[in-house]
Amino acid sequence: METIEAAQDEIVEEFSMFEDWMQRYEYMIELGKSLPLIDPQFKIDDFIIKGCQSKVWVHADLVDDKLIFTADSDAIITKGIIAILIRVFSNQHPDAILEANTEFIDKIGLKEHLSPTRANGLVSMIKQLKMYAIAFKTQLN
Amino acid sequence: MDVQKIRKDFPILNREVNGKPLVYFDNAATSQTPVKVIDTISDYYKNYNANIHRGVHALSQEATDLYEAARRKIQKHFNASQPHEIIFTSGTTHSINIVSSGYGQLLAQGDELIVSALEHHSNIVPWQMLCEKTGAVLKVIPIDQDGVLIMDEYKKLLSDKTKLVFVNHVSNALGTVNPIVEIITKAHAFGAEVLIDGAQASPHIQADFQALDVDYYVTSAHKLCGPTGIGILYGKESALRRLPPYQGGGEMIAEVTFEKTTYADLPHKFEAGTPNIAGGIAFGAALDYINAIGMQQIAAYEEELLQYATEKLSKFPGLKIYGTATKKTAVISFNVQGIHPYDIGSILDKLGIAVRTGHHCAQPIMDFYKIPGTVRVSFSFYNTFEEIDTMLEALKKAISMLQ
Repeated sequence: METIEAAQDEIVEEFSMFEDWMQRYEYMIELGKSLPLIDPQFKIDDFIIKGCQSKVWVHADLVDDKLIFTADSDAIITKGIIAILIRVFSNQHPDAILEANTEFIDKIGLKEHLSPTRANGLVSMIKQLKMYAIAFKTQLN
Repeated sequence: MDVQKIRKDFPILNREVNGKPLVYFDNAATSQTPVKVIDTISDYYKNYNANIHRGVHALSQEATDLYEAARRKIQKHFNASQPHEIIFTSGTTHSINIVSSGYGQLLAQGDELIVSALEHHSNIVPWQMLCEKTGAVLKVIPIDQDGVLIMDEYKKLLSDKTKLVFVNHVSNALGTVNPIVEIITKAHAFGAEVLIDGAQASPHIQADFQALDVDYYVTSAHKLCGPTGIGILYGKESALRRLPPYQGGGEMIAEVTFEKTTYADLPHKFEAGTPNIAGGIAFGAALDYINAIGMQQIAAYEEELLQYATEKLSKFPGLKIYGTATKKTAVISFNVQGIHPYDIGSILDKLGIAVRTGHHCAQPIMDFYKIPGTVRVSFSFYNTFEEIDTMLEALKKAISMLQ
């Protein structure tokens, strides 16, 4: 299994090929299309991440000792962002998710999305994924 | 009106965003600040800074004179009959809260308030809280598909139970200009008072408080080239005398003993504490600036910008404009089919174009149209046709990326 760090490095390398923001955004939109989609039954308010101008639903399942995330969004840039996060954090142990840092966001030129006031709520998304990790960690113990 | 000359008065218009020249189309959220207003603030702190109204020393006296001169400028601009009918506040939201909180003591169970479906959240929430507290009932004037108030429905809502009607002069989300003369006349026929939220109207429409015969009118300086954190509550003298005070504190009292405090006369009754003195003075300077250009000239030019942009945007396939009233200010709210407004806003920002996306603090309107929000572009007199062309090109690019 790939570590979170390895998955982050891989994404940083992929993004380093692009020369400008347009290519980066286009790639992010592409990544959004490969997002493991949330089961429609979970596309309800209970699974919405608060603090985003667009709607983002995230669901987590514990399979063995790994968390599997699925998600969706009604905006495609936001969908790309959550897809990147899920590629990094899905299929990982809750401990690894909780320990992981998110510096790679800066490295792929999406630093502007890290501002807590930013309407897309990247910060809220990371927080939500880590909240799931805390919740499921207690189940494992 | 020489737009290129006017643009030189606004230093911020020279800056770049994301490596592109800034195109600022978020004027309905806040307007930019001309050098004259910036200098007024700086000049105040360099030469006059003191606490006002109580000092015996020269600085305090001079600062008081400047602040009171600004109040008279505002009075004159809006044609209020007395300067003390102009209450300085921190802005529109604060002004509305002064009235709603005072009304808390004037209302009884079963009294009715009427609000329009076009309101900003700041004009809904205080009244909901008030109704919860007093047992009064909130009624809503509905809108039609063009985003225009249905006046026949309004007439049906009015009765002897109606105590207050509150409507915005112009809708912030759609730009609709509401028929406030008719709204005021009809309400007065039932003995109800009327509060008009003029935050969106003030930069575009010269309101004449006496001619309107309006009971309360509120607005914020930052919508008309002034600084943030300062605005006014206008009230007819009789209305303000009836309205209980909002906050206790310094400045608003005449005499304090432990048995009883008597309130200061208007306007101080509603101006507890040390106010935003520099802001008030700068508000006056902003009105001077705007009046030197001319409200009519501004309105006529903005109308041209609105017409031009509306015509061009209407040609985009799949683009729908929300708010198609015949009388509008320079605001266009739209969506492109299949694309989330947030996505469009993000790409436009990357191209240096500042627009607003989301529900514009007017969720009931978004619910009415069954949309999550819109992209809103709003123009000011320092914007140009070239900037609109730049925005249209950027929008094309955004759509090609996002579709």
